Amino acid sequence: MYGTRLRALSIATLITLTGGFALAAFYAPEDADQGFMQKILYVHVPLAIVALCGFVFAAVCAIQHLRTGESRWDLRSYVAIHMSLIFGAAVLITGSIWARASWGHWWVWDEPTLVSFLIVFLLYATYQPLRFSIEDRDKQGRYASVFAITAGAFVPLNFLAVRMAQSYTHPRVFATANGGLEPRMKVAFYVCLLGMALLYATLWKYEMTSKNTSAQIKRLRRRLAGDEGALPRRSASPTLEST
Amino acid sequence: MIVGADVTLPDNAGYVVAAYLVFLVLLLIYVVIMATKLSRFERELTELNEIAEKRDEERTRSAA
Repeated sequence: MYGTRLRALSIATLITLTGGFALAAFYAPEDADQGFMQKILYVHVPLAIVALCGFVFAAVCAIQHLRTGESRWDLRSYVAIHMSLIFGAAVLITGSIWARASWGHWWVWDEPTLVSFLIVFLLYATYQPLRFSIEDRDKQGRYASVFAITAGAFVPLNFLAVRMAQSYTHPRVFATANGGLEPRMKVAFYVCLLGMALLYATLWKYEMTSKNTSAQIKRLRRRLAGDEGALPRRSASPTLEST
Repeated sequence: MIVGADVTLPDNAGYVVAAYLVFLVLLLIYVVIMATKLSRFERELTELNEIAEKRDEERTRSAA
C-alpha cells in the first residue's frame, strides 16, 4: 500500500511550497546585482537539487533490487527516475529563462554547470528506451538497475567536478568564499527546498499508488477472465508481483 | 490618506513570471495525466464489477 499518509503529505507539500514561494516573494530581499530576476533561484535551484537527489535515490533503490531481487525496488527506482526527469525538464526550462534574462542567451555551451546537467538529463532520458528494448522482464529489471546505479554514481561525481571547475558564469548558491546567500534569502530558499522535496515525495507516492492500483486491476481482470497464466504485454514499466 | 506606493514591477519581471509558470504548467500537466489515469481505473473497475456480478448471477442460476 502506497496510498497511506498520502493526504497528509499532500497537505504538507501545499503548505510548505506556498509558504516558501510567499517568503521568496515578500520576505527575501532583492539581489543587489540581479534585482527581481534573482527570484527565479527559489524555483530553479530547489528543482535541480531535488532532481539530482532523486537520481541518487533511484540508484539506492536499484542496489536494493539487485540485492533482494524484489520487483518493488525496481518499480521504486523506475518511478524515482521518471519523477526526476520531469523535475530535470523543469530545471532546464527555468534555467534557460534565467540565462536569457541574466546573460542574454537561452543557453551557454561553455558553462560546465549547464552542460553537465544536460548530459545527466540526456543520460537518464535513455533509461526508458533501454527498458523497453529488453523483452525479458527479469533481464529488463536487472539491466535497468545496473544502469540506475552507474548513472547514479555519476551524479555526485559530476556535481563535484563542476564545483571544482575553475571558470564559470553560473553562480554558486552555497559559496562560502564570497559570502553566499543573505540570511533572509537563505530562510526562503531552505523552505522552498523543503517544499520541493516534499512535492517530489508526494508525486513519487502518487505514481507508486497509481502503478500499484493498475497492477491490482490487471491481476483482478486476469482472475475474473480465468487466464491467470497470461503474460502481461510488453512495457518499459516494471510489473509488480506483490506489494 | 493613502500614500501612493510604487507597485510597478521591474522590466524583467516577465522572465520571473515565466519561470514560475513553467513550474505550474508542468504540475498541471501532471494533474491532468493523473486525472486521466484515475478515470481509466474507475472505468476498468466498473467493468470488472459488472463481470463479477454476471458471474454471481450465473452461479445462482446454475445452483437453482
